[in-house]
Amino acid sequence: MIRFKNYVKASSLEEAYTLNQKKSSVIGGGMMWLKMQNRVKVTLIDLSGLGLDTIEETEEEFRIGAMCTLRELETHKGLNTYFQGVMKECTRFIVGTQFRNGATVGGSVFGRFGFSDITTCLLPLDSYVELYQGGIVPLKDFCTMKFDRDILVRIIIKKDGRKVSYASQRMAKTDFPQIACCISEKDGNIAVSVGARPNLAEVVYLEKAGKSAEELAAEAADSFRYGSNMRGSAEYRNHLAKVYIRRMLEQFEMEGK
Amino acid sequence: MEHKMRTVNTPVIKKDAKALVTGKPVYTDDLAPKDSLIVKILRSPHAHALIKNIDTTRAEAAEGIVCVLTYKDVPNKRFTMAGQTYPEPSPYDRLILDQRLRFVGDAVAIIAGESERAVEHAMRFIKVEYEVLEPVLDFHKAKDGDILVHPEDNWKSLCPVGADNKRNLCASGIDEDGDVDEIISGCDYVVEEVYHTKANQQAMMETFQAFTYLDSYGRLNVVASTQIPFHTRRILAHALDIPKSQVRVIKPRIGGGFGAKQTVVAEVYAAIVTMKTGKPAKMIYTRYESQIASSPRHEMEIKVRIGADKNGLIQAIDVYTLSNTGAFGEHGPTTVGLSGHKSIPLYGRAKAFRFAYDVVYTNHMSAGAYRGYGATQGLFAVESAVNELAAKLHMDPVVLREKNMVQEGDVMPAYYGETLNSCALDRCMARAKEMIDWDKKFPYVDMGNGKVRSVGVAMAMQGSAISNVDVASVEIRLNDDGFYTLLIGASDMGTGCDTTLSQVAADCLECDLDEIVVHGTDTDVSPYDSGSYASSTMYLTGMAVVKACEEIRGKIVKKASEYLNCDKETLEFDGKRVFQPEGDLEISLKDIGNQIMCCNDDTISAGATHTSNVSPPPFMVGMAEIELDKETGTVEMVDYVAVVDCGTTVNPNLARVQTEGGIAQGIGMALYEEISYTEKGQLRENSFMQYKLPTRMDVGDIRVEFESSYEPTGPFGAKSIGEIVINTPSPAIANAVANASGVYVRTLPITAEKIYQGMKNK
Amino acid sequence: MEIGFILNGKRIKSDIADDATLFSVLRDKGCYSVKCGCETENCGLCTVLVNGKSRLSCSFLAARVDNCEVVTLEGVQKEAEEFGMYLAGEGAEQCGFCSPGLIMNVLAMEQELESPDEESIKEYLSGNLCRCSGYVSQLRAINKYLNRGGV
Repeated sequence: MIRFKNYVKASSLEEAYTLNQKKSSVIGGGMMWLKMQNRVKVTLIDLSGLGLDTIEETEEEFRIGAMCTLRELETHKGLNTYFQGVMKECTRFIVGTQFRNGATVGGSVFGRFGFSDITTCLLPLDSYVELYQGGIVPLKDFCTMKFDRDILVRIIIKKDGRKVSYASQRMAKTDFPQIACCISEKDGNIAVSVGARPNLAEVVYLEKAGKSAEELAAEAADSFRYGSNMRGSAEYRNHLAKVYIRRMLEQFEMEGK
Repeated sequence: MEHKMRTVNTPVIKKDAKALVTGKPVYTDDLAPKDSLIVKILRSPHAHALIKNIDTTRAEAAEGIVCVLTYKDVPNKRFTMAGQTYPEPSPYDRLILDQRLRFVGDAVAIIAGESERAVEHAMRFIKVEYEVLEPVLDFHKAKDGDILVHPEDNWKSLCPVGADNKRNLCASGIDEDGDVDEIISGCDYVVEEVYHTKANQQAMMETFQAFTYLDSYGRLNVVASTQIPFHTRRILAHALDIPKSQVRVIKPRIGGGFGAKQTVVAEVYAAIVTMKTGKPAKMIYTRYESQIASSPRHEMEIKVRIGADKNGLIQAIDVYTLSNTGAFGEHGPTTVGLSGHKSIPLYGRAKAFRFAYDVVYTNHMSAGAYRGYGATQGLFAVESAVNELAAKLHMDPVVLREKNMVQEGDVMPAYYGETLNSCALDRCMARAKEMIDWDKKFPYVDMGNGKVRSVGVAMAMQGSAISNVDVASVEIRLNDDGFYTLLIGASDMGTGCDTTLSQVAADCLECDLDEIVVHGTDTDVSPYDSGSYASSTMYLTGMAVVKACEEIRGKIVKKASEYLNCDKETLEFDGKRVFQPEGDLEISLKDIGNQIMCCNDDTISAGATHTSNVSPPPFMVGMAEIELDKETGTVEMVDYVAVVDCGTTVNPNLARVQTEGGIAQGIGMALYEEISYTEKGQLRENSFMQYKLPTRMDVGDIRVEFESSYEPTGPFGAKSIGEIVINTPSPAIANAVANASGVYVRTLPITAEKIYQGMKNK
Repeated sequence: MEIGFILNGKRIKSDIADDATLFSVLRDKGCYSVKCGCETENCGLCTVLVNGKSRLSCSFLAARVDNCEVVTLEGVQKEAEEFGMYLAGEGAEQCGFCSPGLIMNVLAMEQELESPDEESIKEYLSGNLCRCSGYVSQLRAINKYLNRGGV
């Protein structure tokens, strides 16, 4: 379990950022993963007093505060209506309601966890991360950035009318995913992300260009690298990615008809 | 005397229900004194090592630390932690702390202090120098291998179980009847396959916990979450090398056991701290410790050969079991026996059988007792092989079983030659078939979307108590106003035996359930009982209740005859009063109860002890319906139907929930619960994050019915229910998977990837 | 540090270590219904309500409940008994160790979901593990409880 000396509820992002420049400090999000780590810190910085727990919808975008919980993402009507229920689909199998009432969107994205359903789901959308110092960065770029001591303030998703679909496979239902896939499509441009490979989700872009769902799925799935762990081999993951991407593309085709 | 069933066979609510659902502090950790020392264990990072040097001075000097113990501080007399009747079949191969470390997680040192924080902090200051040795991690290579897990000279085996520490053997043996090889060589159809089950964790929600203190007489008092209070008393006395009279064990409410707590996993650590310091101490296992250093199921690899004639009559069964007991031999010699003795006898028409086994030591965590106790492993193998035989014969596996299943009145050579007095297996099969609509669904229905729904079947048996070994005792007392106190030595671990045994007493004494106050278990107070394991509680302790009630009824009538001044032969007792059917005299039980409190020299109490020379098997049929995705290999549980013959169901609700719960655990074993080790011998599935119990989204529907036979040697015709219920899911689900995909998965768990690979390689 | 919060309807103050979990503070305060089954946030045994939402007290910093309202099973004894008797009526409580956490989440579900179907119930409660019951008896009890008073 994590141990620390001082709990500080930050009263401004500036204060949080300043405190976080010390290696002995750590930002507390939902405390779900952090709690389980056997680390000793001096200061835990709590962002829960900064009003970062809201989901705002404007004409152009959704702005999701870093301290929003996965449960809020799951149950937010505007988000799920606009994005065809994927926010619910990518969260509802994560451990349990109580866990999702605690785990935060910011923690999930900032951690750049291989198993992250959330990052997988956000990548094929026009998503950005707002960092306190680093400013607004496309999520895709954030995923490959080195860990630094900046603070993730919010996630921004542009409302550009993409169709989107999400699928994951798990051994037991609330386990980590063996594979997580998300696809989006707009004007024949397709974005495909695959997470839990078991590495962090990445995204590729394809053009439909008259190709069949099968061909597109194979092209997308084969452009990622897969690894083996307790939950599945690289080969099986590659196969699963192909199957789920194809099925979602076929579903798009059906809906398009 | 025949008693009408008024309470027996009714779904009464458990006596402790209200306390449990309102969250009352009734479990071990809730009851521990606030000033208990916190006890923790420094655990070995190596699978096999010797402690060359251990320096505890800095840890001992740390703030809040009261004691640090190493192998130098404990008695050098080996014992076993297995909760079994003395002399235990499990070898005496343990010390509380040993210089040799035998698995990753083995205890290196005990550290006790005033707070969890202090203990965790100080643990880092214990300096250990290890001589790292090569471990035995592959259980196929353990027997007669070069590396010995127990080379020590003071290792000993008390029973003739074929153990030999110089060969890494915890047990070995053979049992046979008829010439298996000859009969199989003449068979038209033979299946020969190897099946592999894993070291599943019981994963009861309450981890291993105990607290200890010295009472006013200086005796060691132990409050523990245990299934075996009396064995714990003996084991602690052995481990600490103190007289048994100096130990008292109390069992409060238990948060589940499933056999895990039939081994003394946590108690010794608190006990030795209290003995050394004189202070109260508590040992609360973390889930991590419960996963890596406890008492899980024995991993087994089972080779089965079954031969049948062209009509599908099974002629012979040959089973060889290789069992992995891990670092210590707890329950090793006994669990293996059930893998053959409780699988082969299901097929009563066979002319010959052979059952041979080896139980080997390795540098894995020690195994222990888990619901099903070897039968689960054996039944996965034998029932899977029978299903594969059916496929070879192009025969419906239900029909194959109908032709071959054991029947009431059969003598069972592979079951110690016992005659089967009660068996409704045929009715279980017929009803299960009806419930799941087998004929319509077998082998599968194509759903037309790349998915198929298929069904699978398995049968199971278990025992009811260990014949000629287990002992159950109860005492019953009459109190003022005519209520009774029932003292039992059996351990209610959530199963409800405090209630079900009271139901038996209430019917024997013709009173309301509320008139029975039940007390269990405190070794200073309760009469001796070997404990709640081996499916013994209702069958054995229930019968002790029947006997004790008979006796106290006689005493009540005799006392009444004194008060009424008449011949006791003229009197009858109807539960409320003793009266003369032919005359006017009568006295209420209430008056008798009150009068014996004044000027009386008769004890109106009765004690009875019961043992049994048979272990009547309950039977069960399980049928699984799954949906399989032919592209990905994923399996969804749709429906599970079970029909059980446990004799009379004393409490149909509790029997049903036992069954449903056992099936869910079985589904976990079949589909999710993996145990694997790294090359260095570290257990990977060391938390609930990695060891996946089925959730309520995983189990599908579970439907249970009973087809009861009547067991003449059991109370009100009852046999047992607690263990058999975990045995059918693995083979039934494997069968459904094969029926859907053509792939037989023979190594548990049956993962989507194994099915996918199987389909791909066809 | 000192925190003030409402525990089961009573305003209390507590001097805690900065890194204490709500779980440990609640047990220190005598709320023994709150159990720990795993340490890895998978079992749901430590479920309590914080400002009306079901939370895992094992991973909830006690410092964060300052000025919050916390409810444990000790604070909803009437409701616990009412639903609990439906559980017991099925024999579903079994060892009882997971009952408090389950009951707290059922109460949260009752507040949050309007006439949920069985799939929604299973999904809402999937973070409450039980090793005894196999869940189906719990589902029978929950259905009966939610439909009490007849419809």
